[in-house]
Amino acid sequence: MSEPQKSGSGRRDFLGATAAATAAGLGFTVLAPGMQLIKFAEANTNTVNTASAATTHTASAKVRWGMLIDTTRCATGCTDCVTACATENAIQPGSGRPGQSSQWIRKIELKEQATGREISLPMMCQHCADAPCVDVCPTGASFKRADGIVLVDRHSCIGCRYCMMACPYKARSFVHEELTQQNPEVPRGKGCVESCTLCVHRVDKGQEPACVEACSKGDHTAMLFGDLNDPASEIAKRIATTATSQVRADLRLDPGVRFQGI
Amino acid sequence: MISTVLSRLGLAIVLGFGLSAWAAVAADGGRVPKPVVKIERPGQCVAPPEVIRRTHMDLLVHQRDRTVHLGERGAKISLNGCIACHASKTTGSVLGSNENFCQSCHAYVAVKLDCFECHQPKTGLIKSAVTAGAKP
Repeated sequence: MSEPQKSGSGRRDFLGATAAATAAGLGFTVLAPGMQLIKFAEANTNTVNTASAATTHTASAKVRWGMLIDTTRCATGCTDCVTACATENAIQPGSGRPGQSSQWIRKIELKEQATGREISLPMMCQHCADAPCVDVCPTGASFKRADGIVLVDRHSCIGCRYCMMACPYKARSFVHEELTQQNPEVPRGKGCVESCTLCVHRVDKGQEPACVEACSKGDHTAMLFGDLNDPASEIAKRIATTATSQVRADLRLDPGVRFQGI
Repeated sequence: MISTVLSRLGLAIVLGFGLSAWAAVAADGGRVPKPVVKIERPGQCVAPPEVIRRTHMDLLVHQRDRTVHLGERGAKISLNGCIACHASKTTGSVLGSNENFCQSCHAYVAVKLDCFECHQPKTGLIKSAVTAGAKP
């Protein structure tokens, strides 16, 4: 009878000693190789996380990022925006199946049959306020950030491609092949659906999306990026004073991308 | 009789091999080679090594959700931050061989490492702004 009691008290002493060691400033407790006191481990994890959260900026619901595309300035045959997007997000053509390559942005040439008027415009994810891709996603991977940017969380995307079916703008692509040349800020991989992120990694740093920057550099300035909610922003002023429209406005998805001259 | 002798001989051979193998193992201290934990750019990590060894996956999994959904950039915990310090100086990557930081331990403990099916394991392409928040 005395044996178990002895070992019991021994264990208690051991635990007490390790707890004391923790209090002495170790910060976490290893009971044995492979075993840790969970309470202390979690507390420590939280400390590390909180410290990181305090120093960073987060997406704000006060902002609604949007884009205005002036089709009267968009040059026929120019693909500066498409090239810039591919460079920034490391989008490369797939091997041998061009139809399966990712398209985050594409150029479209339209002709009005009755008048012969031709226009050119870039088409990409319209970052809808009521995005159908978000509605249909079975895992919650397709989501809208507080600032209106619609994204795919690849950590939870199962590659079912339901969002691709739901999107009326044909904005999403599926990655069919393994990738190795990703931009470290833009993780992409086989088996996930992806689309224009409005260059979220750049926007979070206070920069414009790569396509907008390229369009300005190419002296077309057909693309304008900004906060639709801020009345002082250039984009808000432009849409308040000129006639602009949303593509397939009849679907009432309230896209964040607006077009002028279509 | 012959078969008995042969079987005894066989047993002796098996025992001999077994013992010599065991002896060789005992000489280097373990049956599996220890992982190579070579820190290329030593400095202060975001947490003590004991904590990082046990909880790096939890730290990363919580921060990734905050980064993707809330747009937190330049957080203290970041995969690109890990890569910036731990990538091999020769290959510029945390993967590639069992000499390289991430792969070395993950191969040792036989835990699948699928971060890098999407994330870039090389440092060369990381822009300075990404790693700004990596170190305290």
